[in-house]
Amino acid sequence: MAKIDAPRGGRNEYWARNVRYLGALLSVWFVVSYGFGILFVDVLNQIRIPGTGFKLGFWFAQQGSIYVFVALIFVYVRLMNRLDDDFGVAED
Amino acid sequence: MNVLAWTFVMVGLSFALYIGIAIWSRATSTSEFYVAGTGVSPLANGMATAADWMSAASFISMAGLISFMGYDGSVYLMGWTGGYVLLALLLAPYLRKFGAYTVPDFVGDRYYSQVARIVAVVCAIFVSFTYVAGQMRGVGIVFSRFLEVDITAGVLIGMGIVFFYAVLGGMKGITYTQVAQYCVLIFAYMVPAIFLAGMMAGTVIPQLGFGGADPASGTYLLDKLDGLHRELGFSPYTDGTKSMVDVFFITAALMVGTAGLPHVIVRFYTVPRVRDARISVGWALVFIAILYTTAPAIAVFARTNLLDTVSNRPYAAMPEWFTQWEETGLIRFSDHNRDGLIQYVGPGYQSPTGETVRNELTIDRDILVLANPEISGLPNWVVGLVAAGGLAAALSTAAGLLMVVSSAISHDLLKRALRPDISEHGELIAARISAAVAVVVAGYLGVNPPGFVAQVVAFAFGLAASSFFPVIILGIFTKSMNREGAISGMIAGIGFTAAYIVYFRFLNPSADAPENWWLGISPEGIGTLGMVINFAVALAVSRITPSPPAEVGELVERIRVPRGAGPAHEISA
Repeated sequence: MAKIDAPRGGRNEYWARNVRYLGALLSVWFVVSYGFGILFVDVLNQIRIPGTGFKLGFWFAQQGSIYVFVALIFVYVRLMNRLDDDFGVAED
Repeated sequence: MNVLAWTFVMVGLSFALYIGIAIWSRATSTSEFYVAGTGVSPLANGMATAADWMSAASFISMAGLISFMGYDGSVYLMGWTGGYVLLALLLAPYLRKFGAYTVPDFVGDRYYSQVARIVAVVCAIFVSFTYVAGQMRGVGIVFSRFLEVDITAGVLIGMGIVFFYAVLGGMKGITYTQVAQYCVLIFAYMVPAIFLAGMMAGTVIPQLGFGGADPASGTYLLDKLDGLHRELGFSPYTDGTKSMVDVFFITAALMVGTAGLPHVIVRFYTVPRVRDARISVGWALVFIAILYTTAPAIAVFARTNLLDTVSNRPYAAMPEWFTQWEETGLIRFSDHNRDGLIQYVGPGYQSPTGETVRNELTIDRDILVLANPEISGLPNWVVGLVAAGGLAAALSTAAGLLMVVSSAISHDLLKRALRPDISEHGELIAARISAAVAVVVAGYLGVNPPGFVAQVVAFAFGLAASSFFPVIILGIFTKSMNREGAISGMIAGIGFTAAYIVYFRFLNPSADAPENWWLGISPEGIGTLGMVINFAVALAVSRITPSPPAEVGELVERIRVPRGAGPAHEISA
């Protein structure tokens, strides 16, 4: 990605990509917690994680969602740092 | 050594450490006092944020709550961690780029309005005080149970320590003290958990142990617990009793409330760059997740242990911890059928012989983590360590909250609204005086807690969710949101939420039951609906009122890109 010549156009593109990343990451955030942990917990509880006493929905509500939250933030940091560099808006 | 001696050693050592750090990191400017001179590394900031965030409620009460609530306890686990995703993605980088000292600063400048600033100051002070009173109470409980001084003396000692390093060190002193407090509290939390996982599931990792099996019988712990619950008339541990709608709304209120809490947001002003603000939320959540993924494991171990120890056992044979907690009034036993045995049963209990059996045992949920090492017969030094950890959690949160109160008064109210010509030196003195006054008020509330502190703490999240969060999000993600929209949104959101809570909890408590709740949402979860109302009102009002001035559009453009952040500074309005 080239550095921006027309700052405003580049900024709009930068912001649009930022918002797309947010949409994707927040969808995952919603699915693992509200989806797996709450709305579909009864369905997922029919499944057991092999070799453990965990029902899958219960596990997502009390363990899995938290691990995914941590991962999401680190993915976001990576994506944004790369985006900053691509658009030449990173801090010195 | 006995428990008391070990507790003195552990608590004494940790306090000496905090005071040493406070002296080493004295603040000399307002920038150091409010935001630690923005020189804190992301890793240290993450750790400090974690200690700041995890209060006495997380350390002392949460595992106990989950232990009694089972699946329903997930609302705390997901709610108090998921908020960090919102914080990292939607708030922290932009607020860092904006580069002010406080949350009301952002609200006041983005919405070019002193009214909005003052509404935000009032919300920040209210939220912080309700929290801090709870922390001081936690300090009092630990002191009275483990150091055998009375609660008032305990609160006074805690006040003295917080006073010393918050007033002297400001944000800088607090940040580095919190790093030490995190280390103390996480070590104190993990040691008993690892012991228990080893004893009950044959592994040293609590997160795995709680899905593991009893080494002797091979039964999975969760299955055993579900079975015990069914037998004793409680609802199964992995199912819970709350409705799905309510679980959904409470989780959302806690998540969004977390992202809207001023003492958490202000943390991300203390790092040097936008890049650092992003990653420090990540580190904060890593450090928080260590405790939050361990808590449900402790809950399961403790619940199983407790049922094994007390259910249908003779009262006379109860161990020493049982009678000690009875003395504090936090465990109560009344032998209704005079058989000398403890019948600990739930509402759905069916006795095999068909006779009615009443529950004879009440256990305060707050004691479980503190009592756990003794219930499981762990060594005395572990008990002392847990006491020091509980104090670390309470003190670090209290200090962070006091900073918010002090900066809201000296900076937002005095410097930005009432006396703009005050010198830096004068502002620093005002900040120290207001921190000192805040400590005293908090201590008073800790000694004489209003009966509703515990409830208000939970509601503070709903209030933060329905007031701050939408206004900040709209301020960053739209350029067209104006002063009129923001103020009416905040008032509608917080007004609706507060009215619903006040009606069900204070005016008409007898109606506080699922069949009367609106859409089945409990007062704990109503902040989510308040947030939706805030968004809707703000967007509607901004359509029919004048657009914001052109400078606001430029301000929004500027906070959306990282380049040129610089240190936190005064915004020339």
